[in-house]
Amino acid sequence: MKAIDEPWVGRSLLRREDRRLLTGTGQFTADLELPRMLHVAFVRSPLAHATIRNVDVGKAAAAPGVVLAAAGAELMREVPPAPDAQLSLPSKWTATVQHKFLNPAQPLLAHDKVRFVGEAVAVIVADSRYAAEDAAELVELDLDPLPAATDAEGALAAGAPVLHEHLGTNQIGEFAISKGDVTAALAAAPHRIERRFVHHRYAAMPMECRGVVADYDRRADAMTIWSSTQVVHWVRREAAHVLGLPEARVRCVALDVGGGFGVKGHVYPEDLLIPFLARRLGRPVRWIEDRHEHLLCSAHSRDQVHEVAVGFDGDGRILALRDGFTVDCGAWNTLGAGIAYNTSVHMQGPYKIPNFSSRARIAVTNKVPNSAYRGAGRPEAAFVMERLVDLIAGKLELEPAEIRRRNMIRADEMPYATGILYRDGEPVVYDSGDYPRALDEALTAIGGLAEFRRRQESARKRGRHLGLGIGCYVEGTGVGPFEGATVRLDPGGKLYVASGACPQGQGMETIFAQVVADQWKVTPDDVMLGLADTASIAMGFGTIASRSTVTLSAAIHHASAKLRDKVFSIAANMLECAPADLELRDGGVGIVGVPGATVSLAKLAAAARPGWDNSRPAGVDAGLEETHYWEPPTVTWSYAVHVAIVEVDRELGRVTVEKYAVAHDCGTVVNPLLLDGQVAGGTAQGLGGILMEELAYDQTGQLLTGSLMDYLVPTASDMPDIAMVHLHAPSPLNPLGVKGVGEGGAVAPPAAIANAVCDALAAYGVEINRTPIKPEELVAAIEAGRRRRQ
Amino acid sequence: MEIRLTVNGKPARGDCEPRKLLVDFLREELGLTGTHAGCEHGVCGACTVMLDGSAVRSCLAFAAQVEGAEIVTVEGLANGDTLHPLQQAFHEHHALQCGFCTPGMLIAALDFLSANPSPSEAEIREALSAVLCRCTGYNNIVKAVAAAAAKMRS
Repeated sequence: MKAIDEPWVGRSLLRREDRRLLTGTGQFTADLELPRMLHVAFVRSPLAHATIRNVDVGKAAAAPGVVLAAAGAELMREVPPAPDAQLSLPSKWTATVQHKFLNPAQPLLAHDKVRFVGEAVAVIVADSRYAAEDAAELVELDLDPLPAATDAEGALAAGAPVLHEHLGTNQIGEFAISKGDVTAALAAAPHRIERRFVHHRYAAMPMECRGVVADYDRRADAMTIWSSTQVVHWVRREAAHVLGLPEARVRCVALDVGGGFGVKGHVYPEDLLIPFLARRLGRPVRWIEDRHEHLLCSAHSRDQVHEVAVGFDGDGRILALRDGFTVDCGAWNTLGAGIAYNTSVHMQGPYKIPNFSSRARIAVTNKVPNSAYRGAGRPEAAFVMERLVDLIAGKLELEPAEIRRRNMIRADEMPYATGILYRDGEPVVYDSGDYPRALDEALTAIGGLAEFRRRQESARKRGRHLGLGIGCYVEGTGVGPFEGATVRLDPGGKLYVASGACPQGQGMETIFAQVVADQWKVTPDDVMLGLADTASIAMGFGTIASRSTVTLSAAIHHASAKLRDKVFSIAANMLECAPADLELRDGGVGIVGVPGATVSLAKLAAAARPGWDNSRPAGVDAGLEETHYWEPPTVTWSYAVHVAIVEVDRELGRVTVEKYAVAHDCGTVVNPLLLDGQVAGGTAQGLGGILMEELAYDQTGQLLTGSLMDYLVPTASDMPDIAMVHLHAPSPLNPLGVKGVGEGGAVAPPAAIANAVCDALAAYGVEINRTPIKPEELVAAIEAGRRRRQ
Repeated sequence: MEIRLTVNGKPARGDCEPRKLLVDFLREELGLTGTHAGCEHGVCGACTVMLDGSAVRSCLAFAAQVEGAEIVTVEGLANGDTLHPLQQAFHEHHALQCGFCTPGMLIAALDFLSANPSPSEAEIREALSAVLCRCTGYNNIVKAVAAAAAKMRS
């Protein structure tokens, strides 16, 4: 049968998830209905920075339908802050990288001060959301306003208001990495460019906001938490601590999750507070974030300022790069060094840079906490590096593509060590790939560079401004520390696989069924998956950082290998042969070269059961289930080249993306259809980020973009067609040769579009070194260029 | 107050406060959780349902306004186990990822195709701009709607 013989990995299988989502029978957190369930609304701070004098919940407590109204100070007496709300770093990193980090632990409700507009100060629990929101309006806040720090550099300046007084500074993190001698190399370089780059604040904005439902079982002293999260095991760990329960008594489940993109990739105070309230009140409690809250209190991202110097020779070869940057991390630091270090470690991109240094400062400000969002520090790095490459090209009057070709690491130089450490503490070594070929493929896919230059020239004569821009990146994917898989042969002969990986739309139920089907020579229909549920596997890490395809496929591979040994030993006993004579075939195990001698997986499952009349050989334990926690040696490196062709309307400052091409390599492809979907979705988010989306604050720390009418998410009319080319350099670091793909699409578009706009407006000397690209600023820059030219 | 109406071809009734939003009424009183609330201020379109033959945002309507009306939600699209051509085309073109906006997309597309059975790509994009999707980048949705339109015409 052809379907069994050919691998399932590599096929564009349609998704198993679709039917329930298309028919309205999926189940998202807000769809969960539990008996006697109560509903939560929060009272959130209207001020960016203030001392809390008093929070009077008296009237709210007496309002109709209200079961509990509580303020932060009252709760602080009963419930501690989350203990471990940051990503851990290995000692190999902390012992090597020069760093200093302070960690102000965020309480579940603000109690002494408020530190951003939207920070929760009181909670109302009522018999309906409507009643809870009514009561929330009755809470009286007595706040003593303080001056606000609303940008990172301002927050680090002398005399700035300090957010966390006990730390005595707003600089809560710093580190520095380097290789070679940057100072000497910069001084000796024939050419040198210095620039300041600003990457603005925008956010993941999944269509489903966050939500948490919790139900406490008094009889078993056990808590179940349903959270719209990417990290169920992390939520369980923190909740167990806050509740004083063993982890075995806490279960966290993510049902269907309506998009994550990183914003649901860490533990929020609500993940812990809602279970606490459910236990205290003895009833199920539910909180469903609304969009206004999402904009006001769920993590934002990006928001970095870079001061960069690059030295290069007359051929455009980069000799040295020095970067110093500041991250505006908002009021609390959710991920520690994670994002800033990503920026540093990805700054060199696909290029050979002999001397490099990066120094980061992380500043707290009176804004929403900054956390991971698709790319997580990488779009900022790509924007800086790719703009610099174009500036070098401009200075030497060479094609930007040619500067890239001269500096790119070649395929014959792989694997390539970049001379710094990744955040897993391992040296960064690009494991495989052909970067110059990706560049060529992307340029061909968009119609060819020479052809574009001809078209650009003829358009310019007609007063139209076309530009072509390139954005390259490399991305460390599949980061550790681990992910696990339990593989079990079900009594019916089907394979059941459980893992702590948590899907939010990626199609994991489909792609991992393909992976398992190949491991067992069955069809994907013979595979069941139990994901995003702490009850199904003891330890899990979760789905962030483009990691699940890599880490879970490897875990499935190794767990399957262990289980196969056991299955073969039982089959050998039944077929009276040696295990080495056996093969998997046709949903069972058979003797190689003897077509009829096959025993089905269902029979093997029955044979392995504990108790009388089993068919296990002596010394083989009962049951067919194996777990493997895979610890990746280090990350594997995906990469891509994005090319955009834009037209700029000189009068209106409007940028239209005419054509877009992506040449991408994530090693072995499990499902080409779903891969294209991931790249396209990421690209759309990157285009939104550079052209439409901005979380803007005023000087007092008020968010100016508090609705989807102000925060513009791209629509169908805003999206160009995307030509995609896939290269396949398998990773040597995992059994399937896969690399991660989730984030990549969003990394390059800001750089590619900015370069394209600069190319279109080269005659005016316009430089886009600050995102987003706003029509009014573009018009002003064109006007300034015109005046300079006159 | 009591509301009586027709939902997905069947009579339905529920009790609610006069201020209850239609989206909450459908989800909480009638148990039709396929309709999703994505922004509750009429921008994202996830909550789109058919009301007396036209697409409306159920977060911008009160349940009290739909007394006696006829509503179609995502739960009413398939015919038993047979998916509606739009649902089938979304499946075949990988036009959904997380699926949260999908009910709104399907209803918006249904409304659009009933008025314009042979749309151009630009017209499809214009019509679908009423619903936000954060996962797909839209191009597969546009292809799916074009394919469904062709199938529904034949």
